[in-house]
This record gives sequence, structure tokens and C-alpha cells, in this order.
Amino acid sequence: MSRDFDAIIVGSGPAGSTAAEILTEAGLSVLIFERGRNHLIDLDNPAVLPRRFSNDELKYMTRHFLGPDPWAEPRTFRTSIADGDRQLVGEVNNLPATVGGGGVHADGKLPRFREDDFLVESELGPVEGASIADWPVTYDEMEPYYAEAERLVGVAGLAGANPFAAWRSGEYPMPPGPAMYGALVTSAAAQKLGYHPYPAPTGVNSIEYDGRPACNNCGFCAYFGCPIHAKGDPVAPLSRALVTGRAQLRPQSHVSRILIENGQATGVEWIDARGERHIELAGRIVVACGAMETPRLLLLSGLTNEQIGRNVMFHMQTFVFGIMPFRVHGHMGRSVTHVHDDHILVDEAARAAAAEADLPWIKGGLVEHCSPAHMIAEAKQYPWGPQHKIMMRESPMRDRLLGFCMQGDDLPQFTNTVDLDPAVTDIWGLPVARTTYQPHTHELVASRHHGAKLAQIMKEAGAERIMTATSPKTTGDLATSHSEISQVPISRHVAGTARFGTDPSSSVCDPWGRLWEAPNVMIADSSLFPTGSGYGPTLTLVALSLRNSRAFAV
Amino acid sequence: MPAFLTPLQYSILEAVCARLVPADGAPDGAEMGAVDYIDTLLGAFTFTPPRIWAGGPFSGRCGGQRSFWDFEELSPAEELAWRTRIEGSLGIPERERLGPVTGLQETYRQGLAELGGKFLALDPAAQDDRLREVGDFTRLVYEHVCEGLYGAPEYGGNRGLAGWQYLNYEGDVQPRGFTDAEVSGA
Repeated sequence: MSRDFDAIIVGSGPAGSTAAEILTEAGLSVLIFERGRNHLIDLDNPAVLPRRFSNDELKYMTRHFLGPDPWAEPRTFRTSIADGDRQLVGEVNNLPATVGGGGVHADGKLPRFREDDFLVESELGPVEGASIADWPVTYDEMEPYYAEAERLVGVAGLAGANPFAAWRSGEYPMPPGPAMYGALVTSAAAQKLGYHPYPAPTGVNSIEYDGRPACNNCGFCAYFGCPIHAKGDPVAPLSRALVTGRAQLRPQSHVSRILIENGQATGVEWIDARGERHIELAGRIVVACGAMETPRLLLLSGLTNEQIGRNVMFHMQTFVFGIMPFRVHGHMGRSVTHVHDDHILVDEAARAAAAEADLPWIKGGLVEHCSPAHMIAEAKQYPWGPQHKIMMRESPMRDRLLGFCMQGDDLPQFTNTVDLDPAVTDIWGLPVARTTYQPHTHELVASRHHGAKLAQIMKEAGAERIMTATSPKTTGDLATSHSEISQVPISRHVAGTARFGTDPSSSVCDPWGRLWEAPNVMIADSSLFPTGSGYGPTLTLVALSLRNSRAFAV
Repeated sequence: MPAFLTPLQYSILEAVCARLVPADGAPDGAEMGAVDYIDTLLGAFTFTPPRIWAGGPFSGRCGGQRSFWDFEELSPAEELAWRTRIEGSLGIPERERLGPVTGLQETYRQGLAELGGKFLALDPAAQDDRLREVGDFTRLVYEHVCEGLYGAPEYGGNRGLAGWQYLNYEGDVQPRGFTDAEVSGA
């Protein structure tokens, strides 16, 4: 059987699309597999933007249009092995299974990590029960790739606005877009109490950029595809890869196994939309399926490194909502326009709160200033009967609701894993990814400590009533005022599971993202992250994919 | 002509929706199209393409072509998942991979049969009591009523945009969007 392509990329999200651009730029021919459908790009004419997405809450938020369907391709979840084989079958932290992956549904907050996020072990030190490790790369080495990633995706932001940001070599490619009214209210309150809110670095065009229009503030941003391609979904790198003529994108094609012989990958087995199996050969394989599907594919391929699937991380999300005495129209604008980073600092108060719980330190995360935008989700929270319309008109849970969401740093733990479910299969008959996860005490203490501060800001903003919640839910002594959502973390920020490092006995990949077990396989996504940080993973994984793909192309 | 419901089922569901979202200054849930939304969902596969996902990018309500009416085709896997969800597994092996599934059609058939034609003769307070008694079914219908009132009208509900209009909600606004002044102003 002949090799038709130099490289195969599994997954067309931000990591895989970036790899496709870099490998084709280096002259390699590339085949991109995507298990989901293509609504993002015109394969016959990749230079033209197809405009297929829509402002449609039912389609995107209720009916799984971007996939995966939770019945056809479920995942399973349990909090520990004591729960038995699983507690839940269905949707577990699903990212879209569609051409463009998570880049399609994200509202594109794209912060960089800070210098110390790459050196948690040496700068903050170990924590009992957590498998903290330094990254095999520093911020200084990553900075040029961050700058390049911001240009490729198109990030709007204001250099210097965040006093806690890492150093940067230049301005953002675009200025920030218009501030949402609600974010102005909460930012003013935060500022008054000594915090430092700033315009969120956002992969949404504030001006025409790279042939794509400026955002027109339609409000259907997080969880939706952008109807006018104003978001930094991966349409740009995919389009650039395809117009070289050296790339082919194959949607609805599910890679079921990497073929590996004697420490070398030779190709992949894949399943087409009718369920038929095929083989495709190539000398280089890039895996970019996301931090849950990537370890699943490695395990389905028979790889045996006991670190595969270990240390899965989410963000511990702490929500503080305030019902305001006035309307905030959160349905106008790009979901989140302001954030603050103060809770990422390990200051004296944080150390004191940590010491009380016998922890050496605690770290929070980026706080998003947000307000809900969608009516069906709102309506379902109200009771039926005469109260329904009264509540819908007064709108305490949407048009008068402001919120904070802290993306709290989640420490890696060896016992938090993604593996293959022993019985549940997807529609193709393949074992699905099973997550075994519970937060470390660190996350619970940090959530409680910083959640109380966020409640003070919300009070200062004028909220009539304040509610707090966490995801995953907190239990036991640390539950305090937090209400329960679910033990399955709802954060879509997933990382870990194939960490890279300098020691083959404690990592899955080498410092360039290549499998120790098969060095012609490169992992491109957030599976590589040894620690998570309190920032969303996307810009960092794009920057890493740039760095590692360039070395992989040689 | 309903896509799935019989005339009696349709009438009972109208009465249910009128209690879940009663009339006040604005029309009740049935008058705003909730029953037609549910009927379109239950009968989604009587249409080609099925009425699962409306098209895009624009509805035409704020400019652009009226492309929501061009419903999306489903892949074989998507069709299997949605037929299983709506019609149930019905003993078909490929639909029972995760165990038997009771479809929405059967849930509605049973739920409406349990309320029966006599529900129509009850006074509103007695109707509310019955709805509380059949709590699980009522919760399911209420979720669908919320979808039917506030979702896009192409899915069968939100008749004449009644669900959006009584709240002065703009709905889908592409390609017009909102101005920077609307976003940032009070």
C-alpha cells in the first residue's frame, strides 16, 4: 500500500489546524481527519468563507448540532474507583466534534499564561497528593510563539492593561472590542475594591482582520458558531493549509487506531460515515483530538505508557451571580469583555487561607465578568404556571443577572484519569473515554477563599441578591454556601492526560510533544500540559502546536 | 394538519400548555405555538430533511436570505441517534447499544393518555392538580414549551414571534447585530 501523504493529522480544532498550516508551509502533504461534520469551510473553494452558522439557541444549545451526539458518542464518568465502573453515561465535558473543533463554539477568550505557570514545581513547590511538574519549556521560549499565535488567530486586546500579565514583545494585533454594559458595572465595582479588571484578550475581530469582518455584537457567541466568521475559529489556518493544494480535509472520518510497529507509527485505521474501515499510511502522525479523545486514541492504539490518561485537569469554576435592580442586556456583545487576574496571585491572604487547610499555597484563576444571554435556558429555570411570564418579564436570571466565573487552577493528580470504559461503546463499537475525577483540597479551599471576595465585589456592584455555586460541586465541610451543580465539571477547559517532560518515566511525550514510545507521533493539544494554570488553554496550545509542529516538519 | 399528534392528543396538549404558561396580557402557551413545536419535534422525520436543525446563516428577520428554512441533512449516525431519541429503540438492535430507549413519541402517547379526554372538562385549578400529579411528564412538556415559545419559529413554535414580542426580545439579529453604543450603554 502506498503512502499518499507525508503526514496525517487527527483532529481539525485549533491545535490540528495550526499543525496543518505549519506542515503544509514546510512543503509536506497532509491529510486531516475530522470525526465530525464540516460546517466551517468550503472544501471546493477554501479561500471563500461559507457562512453556515446561525443565531439559533435550539440548534446549538439543546440539539447538539456541533456534536458529538451524547447517545452516539457518549463518555462516562465517576468520581473514583469506589463508584464502580461508572456513575454516568452521556455528555462529559464535550467539546464540539466538528471541523474547527473547540474553536467553533468558544467565545475566544485567549489569554497567555504567566511566567510562573511553566514553573509551578520550582517556584511554588510541591503539594501533597498532586503530581505537579515544571514544563519542559519556559515562558521566555514560548513568547515568540504566543505573539505568532495571536497574529494567526487574530486576538483583540490592550497591552499593559493587566498589571499581572507576563512580558510581551509587542501590541495585540487588534484593539479591544466594545465593552458590554454589565462588565462596565462589575469592573467599576472591582476597581473600587482594589482589583484590576481589563479588556479580555479575545479571538473576536474588533476590526476587519485577515479578510474576515469585525464582530457585530449579535450575542450568540459562547457555544455558537459565528455566522460571519468574526471569531478566531480555525477557519483561517485551515483555509491557508488547504489553498496550498498540499492538504486534504476528510470530515466524518473517525480515526480508530494508530498503527504502530517497533516504536514507529506507519499510519492509521479509520472508519467512514457508513461504518466501513480503511487504512491510510504516513510517516508522521499528529494527534490533536483534545485532552479526552487523545488519550483514548493512544490507548485504543495499544500504547502502554502508564502515564497515558493520567493527571486530567479541568478548571474548578466558581460562580458568583448577582441579581441587579436594573437591566444589563447581556444578549448584546461577545459574551465576556472584561476579566481580572488578581486571584491568580499567591499573596499573604491566600497563603494564610492555605495554611489553615494544611496546604503550602493556593491559587485561583482568571475571573470572567459575564451575563447570561439566552432565553430558553432562562425559561427552564422558572416554575410553570402564572409565575412563568411574571419571571420572564422581570428576568432575574437573565436580563438582570451579572456574574463572575473564576477559572480556578486545578492541580494534576495521578488518580484523576481518562481511560477506556470497560463496557460502554460508541456507535462504531469502540470503547468510549471514561473520566475518573475529583478535585484536590487545593481547589476547594481556593474556591471558597476567592469566591467570598467575588461576592464582595458583586455586593459593591449593587446586587440585590447574590448566589454562589461551583463546578464540580463541592461537598463535605468545604461546601459552605456553595450550591450544587454536578460532580461532572462543566468546564470545557480540559488538559493533562499525555504530559510532556524530560523524563520518559514520568511523562508521555518528550519536550517537543513526541511520544516517547513512538517518536514519529506528535501530540499537539492540551493533553501535553503538565499543569493547568488559571487561564483557558487555547492560545497556549496553539502556541505549542506552532513550536512543536515546526520542529516536527524538519 | 399535525405531523404526529391525533386530534384528541392535540387538544389535550393545548389545554396542558395553556396551564403551563397561562394567558395574561399576552396569549397562553398553546396560542404562542408550543403544541405545534412539540408536534413538529415528535414528527420531525415526516419532513425531508427532518426538522431537527434549521439552516443558516440568517432567518431574514434582520436582513439576509431566509435560510433557516433550509433544514440540515443528517448523517447516518445523526439520523440513528435522533430516530432513537424520538421514536425509541423499538427492539431494533442498533438502537439498543446502550440499552432500550423509550422514545419521546411513546412518552407523549402515554402521558397524554393518562391525562385523557377528561382533562379537557376539568376547571383550571383541577387541571393544575392533575399536572402536579403527573410531575415527570409535566416537567418534560414544560421544557418543550420553553423551547417552543422562545426558540426560532422555524421549529414550529413561537407563533408570529409571540414569545419574543411580549418580552421585547430581538431574537436572531444577524446580519444586523447590535451597535457598539447599544452594547456599552445602560
